[in-house]
Amino acid sequence: MTNELVIQAENLTKTFGSFTAVDAISFSVRKGEIFGFLGANGAGKTTAMKMLIGISTPSAGKATVAGFDVSSEAEKIKKNIGYMSQKFALYDDLTVKQNITFFGGIYGLSRAQIKLKTAELVEELDLKEVVNQLVGALPLGWKQKISFSVSLLHNPKIVFLDEPTGGVDPITRRQFWEMIYKAANNGTTVFVTTHYMDEAEYCDRVSIMVNGKIEALDSPKNLKTQFGVENMNDVFLKLARG
Amino acid sequence: MKTIGYIIQKEFRQIFRNKAMLPIIFIMPLFQLIILSNAATFDVKNIKFSYIDHDHSAMSRALIEKFNTSSYFNVITDFPSAALANSAMLSGEVDVILEIPQHFERDLAKDKYAPLGITINAIDGAAAGIENVYISQIIQGFNRNIRPELMQQGQASNLMKSINTIPLFWYNETLNYKTFMVPGILVLLVTMITLFLSGMNIVREKEIGTLEQINVTPIKKSQFIIGKLFPFWVIGLALLSVGLIIAKLIFDVPMLGSLVLMYGYTSVYILVILGIGLFISNFTDTQQQAMFISWFFIVIFILMSGLFTPIESMPKWAQTITDFNPIKYFVQVMRMVMLKGSSLTDIMPQLLKTLAFAVIMNGLAVWSYRKTS
Repeated sequence: MTNELVIQAENLTKTFGSFTAVDAISFSVRKGEIFGFLGANGAGKTTAMKMLIGISTPSAGKATVAGFDVSSEAEKIKKNIGYMSQKFALYDDLTVKQNITFFGGIYGLSRAQIKLKTAELVEELDLKEVVNQLVGALPLGWKQKISFSVSLLHNPKIVFLDEPTGGVDPITRRQFWEMIYKAANNGTTVFVTTHYMDEAEYCDRVSIMVNGKIEALDSPKNLKTQFGVENMNDVFLKLARG
Repeated sequence: MKTIGYIIQKEFRQIFRNKAMLPIIFIMPLFQLIILSNAATFDVKNIKFSYIDHDHSAMSRALIEKFNTSSYFNVITDFPSAALANSAMLSGEVDVILEIPQHFERDLAKDKYAPLGITINAIDGAAAGIENVYISQIIQGFNRNIRPELMQQGQASNLMKSINTIPLFWYNETLNYKTFMVPGILVLLVTMITLFLSGMNIVREKEIGTLEQINVTPIKKSQFIIGKLFPFWVIGLALLSVGLIIAKLIFDVPMLGSLVLMYGYTSVYILVILGIGLFISNFTDTQQQAMFISWFFIVIFILMSGLFTPIESMPKWAQTITDFNPIKYFVQVMRMVMLKGSSLTDIMPQLLKTLAFAVIMNGLAVWSYRKTS
């Protein structure tokens, strides 16, 4: 981990009418870090993430991602990031291979690169049996792992994961986090939202959002000390309940 | 360019994957073409005709026989009284009542003149008008035939020199309504299918969440839109081809003009419809909303296109509205090229207007598509 900052947010704010979904949050993420972005449902995590990935324009404040401004250089950011949404976003009516080809293609990979990447993924995720099956027919755990791999196809600097392990079993979650570690070891910064507090423990640093504001930001260890509790679950409960 | 290729490939894969979709796109419209073209006719035939003959003479029977032999009239009943005939019309059993007065033959012979009573059910005004014309023609024909008989005994000098009108029907000599309807209905099918497909497509990706994934990629708006619309453009032209073949094989509709011109114009026209579809897609969140809005436009466009009702008989303000109806121009061009063999110069006004619509609608569509909210 270096001290190079790949995400910097300053008073980043998003309002919808009179409702403030994200209220002047400031934080920064270092290169190669696994940054946990925690908060209760409706705390504003997804809205904040959408501003960082350039599909939602901030109402106030500013942020840079991979060195580009989110308001004015959103399209440049998109070349440098991967994103896996909360809503599962591969095409159910295409096969695994066709999904890889499509997303590789629109990220500008050549045919040869796509072929190579596909072979690599088949190897890594043991996809030989399912590579020509429709994605819609696969179990959720499989879909999530493939979806994550697809978001890494173009070797992005930062990957944003919005509740990537929602609804999958503990074993798959475990495997998923191994994949996250591997990506981080390769120098990819991982920005991840989650509801699972055991997963929060795996992060280098976590921020906890409550009602649109970041109420705590530190390593899991420091947060536990600061709040005088045993685990992240208790940290979360103390903060979220106010 | 390469990126567009990947999108087109993906769209075609999805279309061909969906086993239910291809029949919907190709088979259903052809059924519509065959059924509608046969059913939607303006010919008034099988008119339910009845009469009240108070005269019972040779001449009154001859007149009734005239109607009997006409292919437009089915002579149903002979009513003994006007009251019975009227109640039959009220219940819808008859469309036309001919009342022949007493002394019809005698009056004709004596005064060279006799009145006839005609009652026509005019709930459908257009049909009643046509029936009136048919009836007048038959009576005039009857008139001409009996005149020599009545003017026997050396009155030949008084014989009127009758004036004959011989109508010439151009471009559709046989007055075959199918020739007129098939090109129009083909327009309708190409329009509906391409509008619905393009209107539903992007909003569907919104619904399932894949559009967000696309918006996070560095893809350019124009690349995405071209890649999305190209497959539907191809489908529209394929549909036109199948329709033209059916028109030729089943309905024997002539194709007097140039096929190149037909396809050239249709290529531009489909762009207009796809632009409208995409525009609808951008402003709706669900396929249901997109469907309702598409229908709203389709119904207005079709009813104001001159396909079923002539634009000339619409009120002035409505005629102004039809100037903004792309279907109107397609119907005109289709009929002009197929039936009249019109050239590029002939259809230039329509082509230029359609081109302008294509530029405007696709401009609006690209402008209103937002990768960022």
